[in-house]
Amino acid sequence: MMINTSRIRQFKEKLETKRWLLPALLVFVFALSLVIQQFELLDPYVQLIIMYVGINIILTLSLNLINGYMGEFSVGHAGFMAIGAYVASFLTVKVFPADMAAWLFPLAVMAGGAVAGVVGLVVAFPSFKTRGDYLAIVTLAFGMIVKSVIENIDALGGPRGFLGMEKLSTLPWVFFWVLVSVWVIRNLIYSNFGRGVLSIREDEIASDLMSVNTNHVKVLAFTVSSFFAGIAGGLFAHLLQFINPRAFDIIKSTDILIMVYLGGIGSIAGSVIGATVYTVLLEVLRPMGIWRMVFMPLVLVLLMIFRPRGIMGLREFRWFVPVRDMLASRLWREKKAGT
Amino acid sequence: MSVLKAENVTHYFDGLAAVSGFNLNLEPYELVGIIGPNGAGKTTIFNLITGVYKATRGSISFDGAEIVGRTPSAITALGIARTFQNIRLFKELSVLDNVRIAHYARVKYSPVEALLHMGRFQKEEEEIIGHSMDLLAFLKLDAYADEVSKNLPYGLQRRLEIARALATRPQLLLLDEPAAGMNPNEVSQLMEFIKWIRKEFDLTILLIEHQMHLVMNICERLLVLDFGETIAEGLPRDIQKNPRVLEVYLGEVKC
Repeated sequence: MMINTSRIRQFKEKLETKRWLLPALLVFVFALSLVIQQFELLDPYVQLIIMYVGINIILTLSLNLINGYMGEFSVGHAGFMAIGAYVASFLTVKVFPADMAAWLFPLAVMAGGAVAGVVGLVVAFPSFKTRGDYLAIVTLAFGMIVKSVIENIDALGGPRGFLGMEKLSTLPWVFFWVLVSVWVIRNLIYSNFGRGVLSIREDEIASDLMSVNTNHVKVLAFTVSSFFAGIAGGLFAHLLQFINPRAFDIIKSTDILIMVYLGGIGSIAGSVIGATVYTVLLEVLRPMGIWRMVFMPLVLVLLMIFRPRGIMGLREFRWFVPVRDMLASRLWREKKAGT
Repeated sequence: MSVLKAENVTHYFDGLAAVSGFNLNLEPYELVGIIGPNGAGKTTIFNLITGVYKATRGSISFDGAEIVGRTPSAITALGIARTFQNIRLFKELSVLDNVRIAHYARVKYSPVEALLHMGRFQKEEEEIIGHSMDLLAFLKLDAYADEVSKNLPYGLQRRLEIARALATRPQLLLLDEPAAGMNPNEVSQLMEFIKWIRKEFDLTILLIEHQMHLVMNICERLLVLDFGETIAEGLPRDIQKNPRVLEVYLGEVKC
Protein backbone atom coordinates (compact mmCIF):
# COMPACT_ATOMS: atom_id res chain seq x y z
CA MET A 1 0.00 0.00 0.00
CA MET A 2 2.81 2.40 0.92
CA ILE A 3 4.69 1.72 -2.30
CA ASN A 4 1.53 2.24 -4.21
CA THR A 5 0.80 5.75 -2.91
CA SER A 6 4.38 6.92 -3.42
CA ARG A 7 4.16 5.66 -6.99
CA ILE A 8 0.98 7.60 -7.56
CA ARG A 9 2.65 10.67 -6.10
CA GLN A 10 5.66 10.19 -8.37
CA PHE A 11 3.38 9.84 -11.34
CA LYS A 12 1.50 13.00 -10.35
CA GLU A 13 4.78 14.91 -9.98
CA LYS A 14 5.92 13.74 -13.39
CA LEU A 15 2.58 14.61 -14.93
CA GLU A 16 2.54 18.08 -13.42
CA THR A 17 5.96 19.03 -14.77
CA LYS A 18 4.93 18.22 -18.33
CA ARG A 19 2.94 21.37 -18.86
CA TRP A 20 2.63 21.04 -22.63
CA LEU A 21 0.36 18.07 -21.96
CA LEU A 22 -2.48 20.32 -20.87
CA PRO A 23 -3.06 22.20 -24.16
CA ALA A 24 -2.42 19.00 -26.11
CA LEU A 25 -4.97 17.17 -24.00
CA LEU A 26 -7.53 19.94 -24.36
CA VAL A 27 -7.23 20.04 -28.14
CA PHE A 28 -7.49 16.26 -28.26
CA VAL A 29 -10.58 16.15 -26.05
CA PHE A 30 -12.22 18.92 -28.03
CA ALA A 31 -11.58 17.06 -31.28
CA LEU A 32 -12.86 13.90 -29.65
CA SER A 33 -16.05 15.64 -28.56
CA LEU A 34 -16.62 16.81 -32.14
CA VAL A 35 -16.09 13.30 -33.50
CA ILE A 36 -18.34 11.73 -30.88
CA GLN A 37 -21.09 14.18 -31.67
CA GLN A 38 -20.71 13.75 -35.44
CA PHE A 39 -20.73 9.96 -35.50
CA GLU A 40 -22.70 9.31 -32.29
CA LEU A 41 -19.94 7.14 -30.89
CA LEU A 42 -21.27 7.31 -27.38
CA ASP A 43 -24.53 6.21 -25.90
CA PRO A 44 -26.79 9.31 -25.70
CA TYR A 45 -27.30 8.65 -21.99
CA VAL A 46 -23.55 8.71 -21.35
CA GLN A 47 -23.26 11.88 -23.44
CA LEU A 48 -26.00 13.43 -21.34
CA ILE A 49 -24.16 12.63 -18.11
CA ILE A 50 -20.90 14.05 -19.49
CA MET A 51 -22.69 17.26 -20.42
CA TYR A 52 -24.21 17.45 -16.93
CA VAL A 53 -20.72 17.09 -15.53
CA GLY A 54 -19.55 19.97 -17.74
CA ILE A 55 -22.42 22.24 -16.75
CA ASN A 56 -21.85 21.41 -13.10
CA ILE A 57 -18.15 22.22 -13.45
CA ILE A 58 -19.07 25.69 -14.70
CA LEU A 59 -21.53 26.16 -11.84
CA THR A 60 -19.05 24.94 -9.24
CA LEU A 61 -16.27 27.20 -10.53
CA SER A 62 -18.67 30.10 -10.55
CA LEU A 63 -19.76 29.59 -6.95
CA ASN A 64 -16.22 28.76 -5.85
CA LEU A 65 -15.16 32.25 -6.87
CA ILE A 66 -17.55 33.73 -4.31
CA ASN A 67 -17.63 31.10 -1.57
CA GLY A 68 -14.18 29.59 -1.92
CA TYR A 69 -11.84 32.27 -3.17
CA MET A 70 -13.59 35.31 -1.73
CA GLY A 71 -14.90 33.61 1.42
CA GLU A 72 -18.40 35.07 1.18
CA PHE A 73 -21.37 32.75 1.40
CA SER A 74 -23.82 32.83 -1.48
CA VAL A 75 -26.74 30.39 -1.37
CA GLY A 76 -28.72 31.84 -4.25
CA HIS A 77 -26.69 30.79 -7.22
CA ALA A 78 -29.53 28.86 -8.81
CA GLY A 79 -31.15 32.28 -9.25
CA PHE A 80 -28.41 33.42 -11.62
CA MET A 81 -28.63 30.08 -13.39
CA ALA A 82 -32.37 30.59 -13.84
CA ILE A 83 -31.85 34.02 -15.35
CA GLY A 84 -29.34 32.63 -17.85
CA ALA A 85 -31.60 29.71 -18.68
CA TYR A 86 -34.72 31.80 -19.26
CA VAL A 87 -33.00 34.58 -21.21
CA ALA A 88 -31.23 32.13 -23.51
CA SER A 89 -34.35 30.01 -24.02
CA PHE A 90 -36.55 33.01 -24.67
CA LEU A 91 -34.10 34.19 -27.33
CA THR A 92 -33.80 30.88 -29.18
CA VAL A 93 -37.53 30.11 -29.04
CA LYS A 94 -39.28 33.46 -29.32
CA VAL A 95 -36.81 35.97 -30.74
CA PHE A 96 -34.39 34.30 -33.10
CA PRO A 97 -35.76 32.88 -36.37
CA ALA A 98 -36.24 29.14 -36.00
CA ASP A 99 -33.94 28.14 -38.84
CA MET A 100 -31.14 30.30 -37.43
CA ALA A 101 -31.49 29.16 -33.79
CA ALA A 102 -28.65 26.67 -34.03
CA TRP A 103 -26.27 29.31 -35.38
CA LEU A 104 -27.31 31.95 -32.92
CA PHE A 105 -27.18 29.56 -29.95
CA PRO A 106 -23.79 30.80 -28.68
CA LEU A 107 -25.14 34.35 -28.81
CA ALA A 108 -28.19 33.32 -26.80
CA VAL A 109 -26.03 31.64 -24.15
CA MET A 110 -23.78 34.72 -24.01
CA ALA A 111 -26.79 36.98 -23.60
CA GLY A 112 -28.09 34.80 -20.78
CA GLY A 113 -24.73 35.04 -19.07
CA ALA A 114 -24.55 38.79 -19.62
CA VAL A 115 -28.00 39.44 -18.13
CA ALA A 116 -27.17 37.20 -15.15
CA GLY A 117 -23.89 39.09 -14.79
CA VAL A 118 -25.65 42.45 -14.65
CA VAL A 119 -28.13 41.10 -12.11
CA GLY A 120 -25.10 39.87 -10.14
CA LEU A 121 -24.48 43.50 -9.33
CA VAL A 122 -27.72 43.52 -7.35
CA VAL A 123 -26.10 41.10 -4.94
CA ALA A 124 -22.68 42.76 -5.09
CA PHE A 125 -23.97 46.02 -3.66
CA PRO A 126 -25.40 44.65 -0.40
CA SER A 127 -22.14 42.73 -0.04
CA PHE A 128 -20.30 46.03 0.48
CA LYS A 129 -21.87 46.42 3.89
CA THR A 130 -22.99 42.92 4.75
CA ARG A 131 -21.07 39.72 5.02
CA GLY A 132 -21.14 36.22 6.42
CA ASP A 133 -24.52 34.95 7.57
CA TYR A 134 -26.27 38.19 6.66
CA LEU A 135 -25.06 38.17 3.09
CA ALA A 136 -26.10 34.51 2.89
CA ILE A 137 -29.64 35.56 3.77
CA VAL A 138 -29.55 38.31 1.14
CA THR A 139 -28.55 35.77 -1.52
CA LEU A 140 -31.14 33.31 -0.27
CA ALA A 141 -33.80 35.98 -0.64
CA PHE A 142 -32.43 36.83 -4.07
CA GLY A 143 -32.86 33.22 -5.21
CA MET A 144 -36.45 33.20 -3.96
CA ILE A 145 -37.24 36.50 -5.65
CA VAL A 146 -35.95 35.27 -9.01
CA LYS A 147 -38.06 32.12 -8.70
CA SER A 148 -41.27 33.94 -7.82
CA VAL A 149 -40.73 36.65 -10.45
CA ILE A 150 -40.44 33.98 -13.15
CA GLU A 151 -43.47 32.17 -11.76
CA ASN A 152 -45.47 35.35 -12.31
CA ILE A 153 -44.38 36.16 -15.85
CA ASP A 154 -46.89 34.60 -18.19
CA ALA A 155 -44.74 35.09 -21.28
CA LEU A 156 -42.23 32.70 -19.70
CA GLY A 157 -44.87 30.09 -18.92
CA GLY A 158 -45.15 31.01 -15.24
CA PRO A 159 -45.06 28.02 -12.91
CA ARG A 160 -45.83 25.66 -15.83
CA GLY A 161 -42.38 26.21 -17.22
CA PHE A 162 -40.98 27.06 -20.59
CA LEU A 163 -40.41 24.70 -23.49
CA GLY A 164 -39.80 24.55 -27.20
CA MET A 165 -36.01 24.74 -27.10
CA GLU A 166 -34.13 22.56 -29.51
CA LYS A 167 -31.42 20.34 -28.10
CA LEU A 168 -28.64 22.76 -28.95
CA SER A 169 -26.26 21.95 -26.08
CA THR A 170 -23.78 19.52 -27.50
CA LEU A 171 -20.57 17.97 -26.20
CA PRO A 172 -18.30 20.43 -28.06
CA TRP A 173 -20.27 23.44 -26.88
CA VAL A 174 -20.31 22.34 -23.27
CA PHE A 175 -16.62 21.54 -23.41
CA PHE A 176 -15.92 24.92 -24.96
CA TRP A 177 -17.74 26.77 -22.17
CA VAL A 178 -16.01 24.71 -19.49
CA LEU A 179 -12.70 25.75 -21.03
CA VAL A 180 -13.70 29.40 -21.13
CA SER A 181 -14.78 29.38 -17.48
CA VAL A 182 -11.61 27.64 -16.29
CA TRP A 183 -9.47 29.99 -18.34
CA VAL A 184 -11.21 33.17 -17.21
CA ILE A 185 -11.25 32.25 -13.53
CA ARG A 186 -7.66 31.06 -13.59
CA ASN A 187 -6.41 34.24 -15.26
CA LEU A 188 -8.39 36.43 -12.90
CA ILE A 189 -7.28 34.58 -9.78
CA TYR A 190 -3.61 34.82 -10.72
CA SER A 191 -3.75 38.56 -11.19
CA ASN A 192 -4.03 41.65 -9.02
CA PHE A 193 -7.83 41.23 -8.80
CA GLY A 194 -7.51 37.60 -7.80
CA ARG A 195 -5.14 38.51 -5.02
CA GLY A 196 -7.67 41.12 -3.95
CA VAL A 197 -10.37 38.42 -3.89
CA LEU A 198 -8.18 36.16 -1.74
CA SER A 199 -7.30 38.98 0.65
CA ILE A 200 -11.01 39.64 1.25
CA ARG A 201 -11.39 36.02 2.33
CA GLU A 202 -8.38 36.20 4.62
CA ASP A 203 -9.14 39.53 6.30
CA GLU A 204 -11.37 42.13 4.74
CA ILE A 205 -10.32 45.00 7.00
CA ALA A 206 -6.62 44.35 6.49
CA SER A 207 -7.31 44.03 2.79
CA ASP A 208 -8.88 47.49 2.64
CA LEU A 209 -5.98 48.90 4.63
CA MET A 210 -3.48 47.38 2.21
CA SER A 211 -5.02 49.55 -0.53
CA VAL A 212 -7.28 46.86 -2.02
CA ASN A 213 -10.46 48.50 -3.31
CA THR A 214 -12.71 45.81 -1.88
CA ASN A 215 -15.86 47.23 -3.47
CA HIS A 216 -14.36 47.00 -6.97
CA VAL A 217 -13.14 43.49 -6.28
CA LYS A 218 -16.57 42.37 -5.05
CA VAL A 219 -18.36 43.84 -8.05
CA LEU A 220 -15.95 42.09 -10.39
CA ALA A 221 -16.20 38.76 -8.57
CA PHE A 222 -20.00 38.79 -8.38
CA THR A 223 -20.33 39.81 -12.02
CA VAL A 224 -17.97 37.13 -13.30
CA SER A 225 -19.49 34.51 -11.03
CA SER A 226 -23.08 35.23 -11.99
CA PHE A 227 -22.10 35.49 -15.66
CA PHE A 228 -20.88 31.89 -15.62
CA ALA A 229 -23.86 30.70 -13.58
CA GLY A 230 -26.00 32.25 -16.34
CA ILE A 231 -23.97 30.49 -19.03
CA ALA A 232 -24.49 27.18 -17.23
CA GLY A 233 -28.21 27.94 -17.10
CA GLY A 234 -28.38 28.53 -20.86
CA LEU A 235 -26.59 25.26 -21.56
CA PHE A 236 -28.77 23.42 -19.06
CA ALA A 237 -31.98 24.72 -20.65
CA HIS A 238 -30.92 23.64 -24.13
CA LEU A 239 -29.90 20.23 -22.88
CA LEU A 240 -33.07 19.45 -20.95
CA GLN A 241 -35.30 21.32 -23.46
CA PHE A 242 -37.65 22.15 -20.66
CA ILE A 243 -37.24 24.45 -17.70
CA ASN A 244 -39.51 25.47 -14.89
CA PRO A 245 -38.94 27.73 -11.89
CA ARG A 246 -38.83 24.80 -9.48
CA ALA A 247 -35.70 23.48 -11.22
CA PHE A 248 -33.86 26.53 -9.83
CA ASP A 249 -34.93 26.47 -6.21
CA ILE A 250 -32.87 26.23 -3.04
CA ILE A 251 -32.20 22.51 -3.68
CA LYS A 252 -30.32 23.41 -6.85
CA SER A 253 -28.30 26.05 -4.99
CA THR A 254 -27.52 23.47 -2.32
CA ASP A 255 -26.31 21.02 -4.97
CA ILE A 256 -23.81 23.60 -6.20
CA LEU A 257 -22.70 24.31 -2.64
CA ILE A 258 -22.12 20.62 -2.06
CA MET A 259 -19.97 20.33 -5.17
CA VAL A 260 -17.87 23.32 -4.09
CA TYR A 261 -17.21 22.00 -0.60
CA LEU A 262 -16.76 18.42 -1.78
CA GLY A 263 -14.14 19.40 -4.35
CA GLY A 264 -12.51 21.96 -2.13
CA ILE A 265 -12.70 25.72 -1.69
CA GLY A 266 -10.40 28.04 -3.58
CA SER A 267 -9.30 25.52 -6.17
CA ILE A 268 -9.97 25.08 -9.89
CA ALA A 269 -8.90 21.44 -9.79
CA GLY A 270 -11.17 21.00 -6.76
CA SER A 271 -14.14 22.44 -8.62
CA VAL A 272 -13.59 20.08 -11.54
CA ILE A 273 -13.16 17.08 -9.25
CA GLY A 274 -16.09 18.03 -6.97
CA ALA A 275 -18.52 18.51 -9.84
CA THR A 276 -17.40 15.31 -11.57
CA VAL A 277 -17.44 13.09 -8.51
CA TYR A 278 -20.81 14.35 -7.29
CA THR A 279 -22.56 14.16 -10.67
CA VAL A 280 -21.19 10.75 -11.59
CA LEU A 281 -21.74 9.30 -8.13
CA LEU A 282 -25.39 10.36 -8.12
CA GLU A 283 -25.86 8.61 -11.47
CA VAL A 284 -23.97 5.49 -10.52
CA LEU A 285 -26.01 5.21 -7.33
CA ARG A 286 -29.31 5.56 -9.17
CA PRO A 287 -30.16 1.86 -8.62
CA MET A 288 -30.11 2.57 -4.88
CA GLY A 289 -33.26 4.59 -5.44
CA ILE A 290 -34.23 6.84 -2.57
CA TRP A 291 -31.34 5.46 -0.49
CA ARG A 292 -28.83 7.47 -2.46
CA MET A 293 -30.30 10.53 -0.79
CA VAL A 294 -29.17 8.95 2.46
CA PHE A 295 -25.83 7.80 1.14
CA MET A 296 -24.69 11.10 -0.41
CA PRO A 297 -25.23 13.26 2.69
CA LEU A 298 -23.44 10.59 4.71
CA VAL A 299 -20.47 10.84 2.37
CA LEU A 300 -20.51 14.59 2.88
CA VAL A 301 -20.67 14.37 6.65
CA LEU A 302 -17.72 11.98 6.67
CA LEU A 303 -15.81 14.23 4.27
CA MET A 304 -16.37 17.27 6.46
CA ILE A 305 -15.14 15.34 9.49
CA PHE A 306 -12.04 13.86 7.92
CA ARG A 307 -11.25 16.45 5.28
CA PRO A 308 -13.05 19.66 6.19
CA ARG A 309 -11.56 21.61 3.32
CA GLY A 310 -12.77 19.17 0.69
CA ILE A 311 -10.69 17.06 -1.64
CA MET A 312 -8.46 19.87 -2.94
CA GLY A 313 -9.19 22.67 -0.45
CA LEU A 314 -6.88 25.68 -0.99
CA ARG A 315 -4.56 23.55 -3.10
CA GLU A 316 -4.17 23.60 -6.84
CA PHE A 317 -3.07 21.21 -9.52
CA ARG A 318 0.10 22.80 -10.85
CA TRP A 319 -1.07 22.78 -14.44
CA PHE A 320 -3.47 25.54 -13.54
CA VAL A 321 -0.88 27.77 -11.88
CA PRO A 322 0.99 30.17 -14.16
CA VAL A 323 4.75 29.50 -14.16
CA ARG A 324 5.45 33.11 -13.18
CA ASP A 325 3.48 32.66 -9.96
CA MET A 326 4.57 29.13 -9.16
CA LEU A 327 8.28 29.89 -9.45
CA ALA A 328 8.19 33.58 -8.50
CA SER A 329 10.77 33.43 -5.72
CA ARG A 330 13.02 30.98 -7.57
CA LEU A 331 13.08 33.00 -10.77
CA TRP A 332 13.84 36.12 -8.73
CA ARG A 333 16.78 34.36 -7.03
CA GLU A 334 18.11 33.10 -10.34
CA LYS A 335 17.90 36.59 -11.78
CA LYS A 336 19.74 38.00 -8.76
CA ALA A 337 22.43 35.34 -9.02
CA GLY A 338 22.80 36.10 -12.73
CA THR A 339 23.40 39.81 -12.37
CA MET B 1 4.66 71.50 5.76
CA SER B 2 3.17 68.96 8.08
CA VAL B 3 2.61 65.38 6.95
CA LEU B 4 -0.48 64.80 9.03
CA LYS B 5 -2.64 67.35 10.71
CA ALA B 6 -5.58 66.39 12.90
CA GLU B 7 -7.71 69.24 14.16
CA ASN B 8 -10.28 68.90 16.88
CA VAL B 9 -11.12 65.32 15.87
CA THR B 10 -14.03 63.89 17.82
CA HIS B 11 -15.62 60.49 17.47
CA TYR B 12 -18.65 59.06 19.21
CA PHE B 13 -19.71 55.46 19.60
CA ASP B 14 -23.45 55.61 20.31
CA GLY B 15 -23.15 58.85 22.21
CA LEU B 16 -20.00 57.81 24.03
CA ALA B 17 -17.03 60.01 23.14
CA ALA B 18 -14.21 57.60 22.24
CA VAL B 19 -12.01 60.47 21.13
CA SER B 20 -12.69 64.13 21.79
CA GLY B 21 -10.91 67.23 20.62
CA PHE B 22 -7.88 65.38 19.36
CA ASN B 23 -5.14 67.49 17.80
CA LEU B 24 -1.95 66.29 16.21
CA ASN B 25 0.59 67.79 13.91
CA LEU B 26 3.23 65.51 12.45
CA GLU B 27 6.26 67.01 10.77
CA PRO B 28 8.14 65.00 8.12
CA TYR B 29 10.45 62.34 9.57
CA GLU B 30 9.10 62.72 13.10
CA LEU B 31 8.67 59.70 15.36
CA VAL B 32 5.79 60.29 17.73
CA GLY B 33 4.28 57.95 20.29
CA ILE B 34 0.76 57.74 21.70
CA ILE B 35 0.42 56.21 25.15
CA GLY B 36 -2.41 55.81 27.57
CA PRO B 37 -4.29 53.21 29.59
CA ASN B 38 -6.43 50.55 27.92
CA GLY B 39 -9.54 51.99 26.35
CA ALA B 40 -8.08 55.47 26.15
CA GLY B 41 -8.89 55.70 22.43
CA LYS B 42 -5.46 55.09 20.94
CA THR B 43 -6.45 52.50 18.37
CA THR B 44 -9.59 54.53 17.60
CA ILE B 45 -7.29 57.36 16.52
CA PHE B 46 -5.51 54.99 14.14
CA ASN B 47 -8.87 53.85 12.80
CA LEU B 48 -9.91 57.46 12.28
CA ILE B 49 -6.71 58.34 10.45
CA THR B 50 -6.89 55.28 8.19
CA GLY B 51 -10.59 55.70 7.42
CA VAL B 52 -11.91 52.59 9.18
CA TYR B 53 -14.09 55.00 11.17
CA LYS B 54 -15.30 58.33 9.91
CA ALA B 55 -14.70 61.11 12.41
CA THR B 56 -17.93 62.57 13.81
CA ARG B 57 -16.36 66.04 13.90
CA GLY B 58 -13.07 67.65 13.05
CA SER B 59 -10.65 67.38 10.19
CA ILE B 60 -7.69 65.22 9.35
CA SER B 61 -5.46 66.23 6.47
CA PHE B 62 -2.62 64.31 4.96
CA ASP B 63 -0.10 66.22 2.88
CA GLY B 64 -2.56 69.08 2.79
CA ALA B 65 -5.50 67.01 1.52
CA GLU B 66 -8.57 66.34 3.65
CA ILE B 67 -8.97 62.61 4.22
CA VAL B 68 -12.03 62.38 6.48
CA GLY B 69 -14.70 60.56 4.46
CA ARG B 70 -12.34 58.75 2.13
CA THR B 71 -12.27 54.96 2.07
CA PRO B 72 -9.45 53.08 3.83
CA SER B 73 -8.09 51.81 0.51
CA ALA B 74 -7.97 55.33 -0.92
CA ILE B 75 -6.21 56.66 2.18
CA THR B 76 -3.66 53.85 2.04
CA ALA B 77 -3.07 54.59 -1.63
CA LEU B 78 -2.32 58.21 -0.67
CA GLY B 79 0.55 57.07 1.53
CA ILE B 80 -0.59 56.05 5.01
CA ALA B 81 0.10 52.46 6.00
CA ARG B 82 -0.42 50.67 9.28
CA THR B 83 0.09 47.51 11.25
CA PHE B 84 -2.34 46.00 13.71
CA GLN B 85 -2.41 45.39 17.43
CA ASN B 86 -3.38 41.76 16.85
CA ILE B 87 -1.46 40.61 13.81
CA ARG B 88 -3.76 40.62 10.77
CA LEU B 89 -1.80 38.88 8.07
CA PHE B 90 -3.49 37.05 5.20
CA LYS B 91 -2.86 33.83 7.09
CA GLU B 92 -3.43 31.16 4.48
CA LEU B 93 -1.46 32.99 1.80
CA SER B 94 2.26 32.89 1.19
CA VAL B 95 4.62 35.53 2.54
CA LEU B 96 5.20 36.76 -1.00
CA ASP B 97 1.46 37.02 -1.70
CA ASN B 98 0.96 39.02 1.49
CA VAL B 99 3.40 41.61 0.17
CA ARG B 100 2.13 41.42 -3.41
CA ILE B 101 -1.43 42.24 -2.31
CA ALA B 102 -0.17 45.50 -0.83
CA HIS B 103 0.72 46.60 -4.39
CA TYR B 104 -2.94 46.58 -5.38
CA ALA B 105 -3.46 50.32 -5.77
CA ARG B 106 -0.46 50.78 -8.02
CA VAL B 107 -1.50 48.28 -10.66
CA LYS B 108 -2.61 49.99 -13.86
CA TYR B 109 -3.70 47.06 -16.02
CA SER B 110 -7.41 46.41 -16.43
CA PRO B 111 -9.26 43.15 -15.73
CA VAL B 112 -9.47 42.58 -19.48
CA GLU B 113 -5.70 42.84 -19.85
CA ALA B 114 -5.35 40.39 -16.98
CA LEU B 115 -7.75 37.98 -18.70
CA LEU B 116 -5.92 38.07 -21.99
CA HIS B 117 -2.43 38.36 -20.47
CA MET B 118 -1.97 41.34 -22.73
CA GLY B 119 -0.62 44.85 -22.63
CA ARG B 120 0.86 46.02 -19.35
CA PHE B 121 -0.06 42.81 -17.54
CA GLN B 122 3.15 40.77 -17.86
CA LYS B 123 5.43 43.72 -17.23
CA GLU B 124 3.57 44.97 -14.19
CA GLU B 125 3.23 41.52 -12.65
CA GLU B 126 6.98 41.00 -12.98
CA GLU B 127 7.64 44.39 -11.44
CA ILE B 128 5.41 43.53 -8.48
CA ILE B 129 7.22 40.24 -7.90
CA GLY B 130 10.58 41.99 -8.22
CA HIS B 131 9.69 44.79 -5.86
CA SER B 132 8.09 42.43 -3.34
CA MET B 133 11.06 40.09 -3.29
CA ASP B 134 13.51 42.99 -3.03
CA LEU B 135 11.57 44.32 -0.07
CA LEU B 136 11.44 40.88 1.58
CA ALA B 137 15.18 40.49 1.03
CA PHE B 138 15.80 43.93 2.51
CA LEU B 139 13.92 42.93 5.66
CA LYS B 140 15.58 39.48 5.65
CA LEU B 141 12.36 37.63 4.94
CA ASP B 142 13.12 36.42 1.41
CA ALA B 143 14.04 32.94 2.60
CA TYR B 144 10.41 32.53 3.72
CA ALA B 145 8.82 33.88 0.52
CA ASP B 146 6.95 30.66 -0.25
CA GLU B 147 5.95 29.82 3.32
CA VAL B 148 2.32 30.12 4.34
CA SER B 149 2.42 33.23 6.52
CA LYS B 150 0.60 31.70 9.51
CA ASN B 151 3.47 29.22 9.86
CA LEU B 152 6.06 31.93 10.53
CA PRO B 153 7.27 32.43 14.09
CA TYR B 154 5.60 35.30 15.93
CA GLY B 155 8.47 37.76 15.62
CA LEU B 156 8.71 37.23 11.86
CA GLN B 157 4.95 37.65 11.50
CA ARG B 158 5.31 41.06 13.11
CA ARG B 159 8.12 41.89 10.72
CA LEU B 160 6.12 40.66 7.74
CA GLU B 161 3.27 42.93 8.76
CA ILE B 162 5.66 45.87 8.63
CA ALA B 163 7.02 44.64 5.28
CA ARG B 164 3.48 44.45 3.93
CA ALA B 165 2.77 47.98 5.14
CA LEU B 166 5.98 49.24 3.54
CA ALA B 167 5.00 47.62 0.24
CA THR B 168 2.22 50.19 -0.12
CA ARG B 169 5.08 52.76 -0.22
CA PRO B 170 3.84 54.94 2.62
CA GLN B 171 5.01 58.33 3.71
CA LEU B 172 3.46 57.85 7.11
CA LEU B 173 3.60 54.56 8.98
CA LEU B 174 1.28 53.82 11.89
CA LEU B 175 2.46 51.06 14.21
CA ASP B 176 -0.12 49.69 16.64
CA GLU B 177 1.71 48.12 19.59
CA PRO B 178 4.60 46.74 17.56
CA ALA B 179 6.26 45.31 20.68
CA ALA B 180 3.21 43.43 21.99
CA GLY B 181 4.21 39.98 23.16
CA MET B 182 7.95 40.57 22.83
CA ASN B 183 10.61 39.97 25.47
CA PRO B 184 13.04 42.78 26.48
CA ASN B 185 15.70 41.50 24.12
CA GLU B 186 13.32 41.47 21.18
CA VAL B 187 12.06 44.91 22.15
CA SER B 188 15.51 46.44 21.90
CA GLN B 189 15.99 44.79 18.51
CA LEU B 190 12.65 46.22 17.45
CA MET B 191 13.72 49.71 18.49
CA GLU B 192 16.76 49.51 16.24
CA PHE B 193 14.58 48.10 13.49
CA ILE B 194 12.08 50.96 13.70
CA LYS B 195 14.84 53.58 13.61
CA TRP B 196 16.42 51.77 10.68
CA ILE B 197 13.30 51.56 8.52
CA ARG B 198 12.54 55.21 9.26
CA LYS B 199 15.93 56.13 7.87
CA GLU B 200 15.87 53.74 4.91
CA PHE B 201 12.33 54.54 3.77
CA ASP B 202 12.32 58.17 4.88
CA LEU B 203 9.21 57.66 6.99
CA THR B 204 7.20 59.64 9.44
CA ILE B 205 6.14 57.24 12.19
CA LEU B 206 3.30 57.37 14.68
CA LEU B 207 3.20 54.51 17.14
CA ILE B 208 1.04 53.22 19.97
CA GLU B 209 2.88 51.31 22.62
CA HIS B 210 2.61 50.12 26.19
CA GLN B 211 6.26 49.26 26.66
CA MET B 212 7.57 52.45 28.28
CA HIS B 213 11.15 51.40 27.68
CA LEU B 214 10.56 51.51 23.92
CA VAL B 215 8.47 54.66 23.89
CA MET B 216 10.81 56.67 26.08
CA ASN B 217 13.84 55.64 24.07
CA ILE B 218 12.83 56.18 20.48
CA CYS B 219 9.96 58.65 20.40
CA GLU B 220 10.81 62.27 19.93
CA ARG B 221 7.45 63.41 21.19
CA LEU B 222 4.67 61.79 23.16
CA LEU B 223 0.93 62.18 23.47
CA VAL B 224 -0.87 60.80 26.49
CA LEU B 225 -4.52 59.88 26.13
CA ASP B 226 -7.09 59.09 28.78
CA PHE B 227 -10.78 58.52 28.15
CA GLY B 228 -10.42 59.96 24.66
CA GLU B 229 -8.81 63.18 25.76
CA THR B 230 -5.24 64.28 25.29
CA ILE B 231 -4.03 64.95 28.82
CA ALA B 232 -0.39 65.66 28.08
CA GLU B 233 1.91 66.25 25.18
CA GLY B 234 5.64 66.84 25.03
CA LEU B 235 9.10 65.38 25.28
CA PRO B 236 9.38 61.91 26.81
CA ARG B 237 11.38 63.12 29.81
CA ASP B 238 8.80 65.81 30.61
CA ILE B 239 5.94 63.36 30.22
CA GLN B 240 7.56 61.10 32.81
CA LYS B 241 7.28 63.89 35.39
CA ASN B 242 3.86 65.20 34.39
CA PRO B 243 1.56 64.92 37.42
CA ARG B 244 -1.58 64.17 35.38
CA VAL B 245 0.18 61.34 33.57
CA LEU B 246 1.39 59.89 36.85
CA GLU B 247 -2.13 60.11 38.17
CA VAL B 248 -3.53 58.20 35.21
CA TYR B 249 -0.91 55.51 35.39
CA LEU B 250 -0.35 55.19 39.13
CA GLY B 251 -3.54 56.50 40.63
CA GLU B 252 -4.20 59.79 42.33
CA VAL B 253 -1.19 61.37 44.01
CA LYS B 254 -2.04 62.64 47.46
CA CYS B 255 0.21 65.16 49.08
